[in-house]
Amino acid sequence: MDLSSINPILLLASLMVAATPILLAAIGELIVERAGVLNLGVEGMMITGAVCGFVVAVSTGSPWLGFIGAAIGGAFLALLFGILTQYLLSNQVATGLALTLFGLGLSALIGQGYIGIKAPSFPDWHIPLLGDIPIIGPIVFQHDPMVYVGLILVAATWWFLHKTQGGLVLRAVGENHDAAHALGYKVTRIRILAIMFGGACAGLGGAYLSLVRVPQWTEGMTAGAGWIALAIVVFAGWKPWRLLLGAYLFGGMTVLQLNLQAAGLAIPVEYLSMSPYIATIVVLVIMSAGRAPRSLGRIFHASR
Amino acid sequence: MTMKTLLAGATLALGFASGAFADAHQTKVGFVYVGPVGDGGWTYEHNQARLAVEAEFGDAVETVFVESVPEGPDAERVMSQMALGGADLIFTTSFGYMDPTINVAAKFPDVKFEHATGFKRSDNVSTYSARFYEGRAVQGHIAGQMTTSNIIGYIGSFPIPEVVRGINSAYIHAKAVNPDVEFKIVWAYTWFDPAKEAEAASVLIEQGADVILQHTDSTAPQAAAQSAGNVVTFGQASDMAEFGPFPRVSSIIDDWAPYYIARTKAVMDGTWTSTDTWDGIGAGMVGIGEISSAVPAEIKASAEALRDSLADGSYHAFTGPVNKQDGSAWLAAGETADDGTLAGMNFYVEGITGDVPQ
Repeated sequence: MDLSSINPILLLASLMVAATPILLAAIGELIVERAGVLNLGVEGMMITGAVCGFVVAVSTGSPWLGFIGAAIGGAFLALLFGILTQYLLSNQVATGLALTLFGLGLSALIGQGYIGIKAPSFPDWHIPLLGDIPIIGPIVFQHDPMVYVGLILVAATWWFLHKTQGGLVLRAVGENHDAAHALGYKVTRIRILAIMFGGACAGLGGAYLSLVRVPQWTEGMTAGAGWIALAIVVFAGWKPWRLLLGAYLFGGMTVLQLNLQAAGLAIPVEYLSMSPYIATIVVLVIMSAGRAPRSLGRIFHASR
Repeated sequence: MTMKTLLAGATLALGFASGAFADAHQTKVGFVYVGPVGDGGWTYEHNQARLAVEAEFGDAVETVFVESVPEGPDAERVMSQMALGGADLIFTTSFGYMDPTINVAAKFPDVKFEHATGFKRSDNVSTYSARFYEGRAVQGHIAGQMTTSNIIGYIGSFPIPEVVRGINSAYIHAKAVNPDVEFKIVWAYTWFDPAKEAEAASVLIEQGADVILQHTDSTAPQAAAQSAGNVVTFGQASDMAEFGPFPRVSSIIDDWAPYYIARTKAVMDGTWTSTDTWDGIGAGMVGIGEISSAVPAEIKASAEALRDSLADGSYHAFTGPVNKQDGSAWLAAGETADDGTLAGMNFYVEGITGDVPQ
C-alpha cells in the first residue's frame, strides 16, 4: 500500500468535477419535487441532454451553445412529461419511468452519426488571483465553468425557494395544491415551468458528461447517474445545501475509492465499490431526513 | 443527424415489426448484448458479426437482438422471450449470462444456445471465447517499453478468470521487457459506464500511470488519456482507431463473424453439437490492431514477431518459469499452462501487488 501516491489536492479537485453531473440533475429535480411533481425520468432527460448538447457542440464548435442545446433538449422532453401528467393527468410514476426508456431510445437514434467523434474542448478556467492561492486555488478555482454554474444554481435555488415570493408560491403548490389553487395560483402552469426547469438542469448534467467528463457520445453513457440524482434529492430532504453535500459526498467517495484501489489499499474492493452509496445514505440519514412535499406525486385537477 | 438517417432508422424499425410475419422456414438467430450496439467496443463487435451473418445468408436467416440487457434475472426473461419468439439459435454474449443461459436452455431443449466466455455447457449449450490473453501479451510487450514512469494502469471490469488472465498475461510480458514495471489495478465493477471508466483512467493517470490498459467496453479511457496528453492506450475489443495514432497505439480486436457464420450454418444443416471453442490470434478470432507510428520501429517489429509466434503456436503466452503471487511455483521452465487452469484462473502471478477480489 502506498497512500503517498494519492495527491489530496488532485483528489479534492476531481471530487468537484465528479459530483457536477449529479448535482446539476439533482438540483433540477429538487425544484420539480418541491412543486409537488415526481418525475422519475431524470435518467432519460439527462441522456437526451447529453446527446443534444453533443450534437449542437459538434456542429457549431461551441461547447457553450452545446450546453444551451442540452438544456433545451432536456426541457423539451420534460415538457412532454408535463403535458402528459399535468393536462392529461397520467400517472406520474409510470410516465416518468416511460420517459427514461423513451429518452434512452431517442438519444440512441439522434446520436447514431456521432459515435466516435470528439467534442470541442471546453477549457478549464484559471480564475485570476483566486486560482493562484496555494492549495485552495487548484482545488476550487481552476475548474471548467460548468462546475461553478452548478454551485450558482444551488445557491440560486436556495435563495429562490426561501427568499422570494415565487419560491413561496412554488412551495405552496407543492405542499397543498388545492389551497394554492383556492388562493388563485395557477398550479398547473407553475408545475409545468418547474418540470421544464428540472428537464433543463438534467440536460445540463447529461451534457456535462458528454462534453466535459467523458467527453464523447456513447449510447447509454449516463449509466444510472439520473437514478442517483433522484435518490440524493430524497436523502437530502429536499434541501438545496444538503443536496450539495450529498452530491459532493457521493462524487468524493467515488473518486476516493478508485484512488484507494489504485494505491493498493488492503480493503476488499467490494467494500470500496459500495462505499459511495453507503456513505451518502448514512450521512444524509443521520442528518435526519426532511419531510416530503405533501402533494408530491398527487394528481391535481381544478374541479376536484 | 440528417433526415435521411432518421428515415432509415424508422424504415428499419418498420422492417423489424413486419419481420414477425416472415415465413417459418427462415432460421432465426437471436443475440443478447450486455451493452448498447454503439458502445464502440465489445457489443459493437458482436453486432458487426451479427450483420456479417445476415450478409452471408441473406433471406435464409433472420436475426434479432436485444441490447443493454443486465446480467441477472432480466437476461433470463429476454432469452425466454427470444426462444418463445421462434429463435433457433441464441448467442448470449457476456460472462454474466452463464447461469441464465443454462437455466433457459433447460426449458427449451430444441433451441441451441451459445454462451460467450463461460465454462458451463449442456446438450444444447455451447461455449465459445477468444484467447484475448494472447493479445494482452502483445499489449504488455509494447506497454512495458512505452512507459517512462514504469507505472501501468489497468482498468478491470469484474474479477473473473478472463480479466485476471489478461492482467497476468500483460504483466508477464511487460515485466519481460522492463523489470521495473509496476501495475496499478482498479476494478470498475461494470462492463460499461463511460463516466466511471473516465474517472478510473484519470485516477490512474494522477497516480503516475502513463500507459492505460482497459478491460471495460467504452472508449472513455481513451478520451481521458488523450486529454492528459502523454498517456498510451490500447483499443479494447474494437480497434478504436479514431484515437490513433496516439494515445491508442494498438488494439485487441474481437472478430466473431467467422464463428457466428459457422455456427448458424451448423444449425441450418442440422449438424450443430455442443462444443467448447477457444480460439486465438491463429484462428483469427483475436486480431491485433495496427501498431501505430507512435511506437518506435524496433518495438513494433518485436511486437509483431511476438504476435506471429503466438499465431503459429510456436510460443504460448503462459510459458514457465512463472510463479504465483505468493511465490509458489506454477509453471516450470519451458512448461506451458493448460487450458483448465487458464479457464479458472483466479490468482495473480508473482510481482503483481494487491489481491484478486474474491
